[in-house]
Amino acid sequence: MANRILQALLALTILALALAPLWAGRADLRLLMEVLAYLALAQMWNLLAGYTGLISVGQQAWVGLGGYLFFALTILGGVPVFAAFPLAALLTAVLAVPTGWVAFRLQGAYFAIGTWVIAEVYRLVAAQVGALGGGSGISLPVAVAKSIAETRMGREYVMYYIAFALAVIAVAGVWLILRSRWGLALTAIRDSEVAAESVGVNTMRSKFLIYVITAGLTGLTGAFLFFQKLRITPDAAFSVNDWTAFVIFIVVIGGIGTIEGPIIGTILFFALREVAADWGTWYLMGLGALAIAVMLIDKRGLWGAIHARWGLSILPVSRNLPD
Amino acid sequence: MTVLLELKGVNKSFGALRVAQDVTFDLPEGQALGVIGPNGAGKSTLFNLIGGALPPSSGQIAFDGHDVTRTPASARCRAGVARSFQIPHPFVGMSVFENLLVASSFGESGHTDPEAAAAHILDITGLRHRANRHAGSLTLLERKRLELSRALATGPKLLLLDEIAGGLTEGECHDLVATIKDVQSTGVSIIWIEHIVHALMAVVDRLIVIDFGRIVADGDPATVMAQPEVQEIYMGISVEDAA
Repeated sequence: MANRILQALLALTILALALAPLWAGRADLRLLMEVLAYLALAQMWNLLAGYTGLISVGQQAWVGLGGYLFFALTILGGVPVFAAFPLAALLTAVLAVPTGWVAFRLQGAYFAIGTWVIAEVYRLVAAQVGALGGGSGISLPVAVAKSIAETRMGREYVMYYIAFALAVIAVAGVWLILRSRWGLALTAIRDSEVAAESVGVNTMRSKFLIYVITAGLTGLTGAFLFFQKLRITPDAAFSVNDWTAFVIFIVVIGGIGTIEGPIIGTILFFALREVAADWGTWYLMGLGALAIAVMLIDKRGLWGAIHARWGLSILPVSRNLPD
Repeated sequence: MTVLLELKGVNKSFGALRVAQDVTFDLPEGQALGVIGPNGAGKSTLFNLIGGALPPSSGQIAFDGHDVTRTPASARCRAGVARSFQIPHPFVGMSVFENLLVASSFGESGHTDPEAAAAHILDITGLRHRANRHAGSLTLLERKRLELSRALATGPKLLLLDEIAGGLTEGECHDLVATIKDVQSTGVSIIWIEHIVHALMAVVDRLIVIDFGRIVADGDPATVMAQPEVQEIYMGISVEDAA
């Protein structure tokens, strides 16, 4: 019953979001775009860290690469915007293959640090590309932005629906993966990698595939984020704070290893930011303290604790044996 | 008599520590082999080597006519080797049924109907009434049964049981022995590491004793148990002293 109410609530939220241009002003739309983009980033990091146990601190590598590839494709390659998005995502995923080949030699904490170092390398490389402005970055020509809509408001609407699609693809994609046969394997890896391997799950292949898929979708989100900003610099594109630290915070407080956790976490993160962003450094300290508190009190996070306590599930992925 | 599993001169070292030394034996199809030995003798290491969790430092392992020495654990499982862990490793976030479903979906060649296979195993091992419970909420006995059930759901030719009777009451142990006997009667070969010797003796038709990573005795269970050196190693006392 409670599940049904929550599902109805979710459906209403999706409907409201789908109609947002009808009720939200320009500033609200901008905020919603950011919320939706972060939801996509959080779902990807959760799929990676929460299910396969690959704690990446280098997601900014994919956001940055996605952004830079998008700028390179549109500015240097003259690729139309809507072709550049999937192409940037695909190329990011392709780059994740050799990157993963290196990163997968490392385990646990070494993997985490390794991914961060790799992201730094990508940042330094991006700063060397003179055609894209080097260290000081580059702006998207007005013509490229105008190619999606003539008016300013029209562009906002198009961008909003890109963000909406991103979030829907991320949440629905994760849900469909988790409900598939492969999702069974991923959930098993989450709970015990050694046992999963012992019952025939090729854990290495699953982890690598997830690594590449999440890189691609994170890259797509990156392409969107910098298309929306109309400007990219190496420091902004490869920011560990913006694209990994906040995302980890969202997933950890929301509930790692659950599909609902990143949704709850994203809502909470932006609610806190709206209230406390003016507090400056204290706001960041508060975020850190909250994350630590959640880990100490119940490391399953908000949704993890709720799920364990009341058995609630908004997007169920479990399979029951009928009587 | 077909040989299912063959170990030839298998060695494993961790630095200076040699946990398996020149381990050589054959397991004929359908046999139930017991393995005993003191703590730290290398029994679980033997399972890690056979199951593929650890690669041997040297030597060969063949299963079902194929060299599997360098084959990873998941591929060995799909070839027909399943194991239970000494310390249960349930998928705690999943239901009992889902635990088995992973095994029946990804185990040996993958069942065509994983749901039916999982349900069938739950009937055999007596966990059906717990099917939709979270694996994390099970009692010790149920967790042990889950280990056994999940291993069986992979559809193994060879079942490796690691101290599955440890910590159970006399009655629980008796039930478990009955279940394992049923499994063996379906043609599954078994290697069983166990400290509860009387449970082991009720099932196995051959016994190996391991000490310091070496096989020190191998043969008919009653004969092996009667050997003075086995008594000495296993009981930790000299037979003469005890007499």
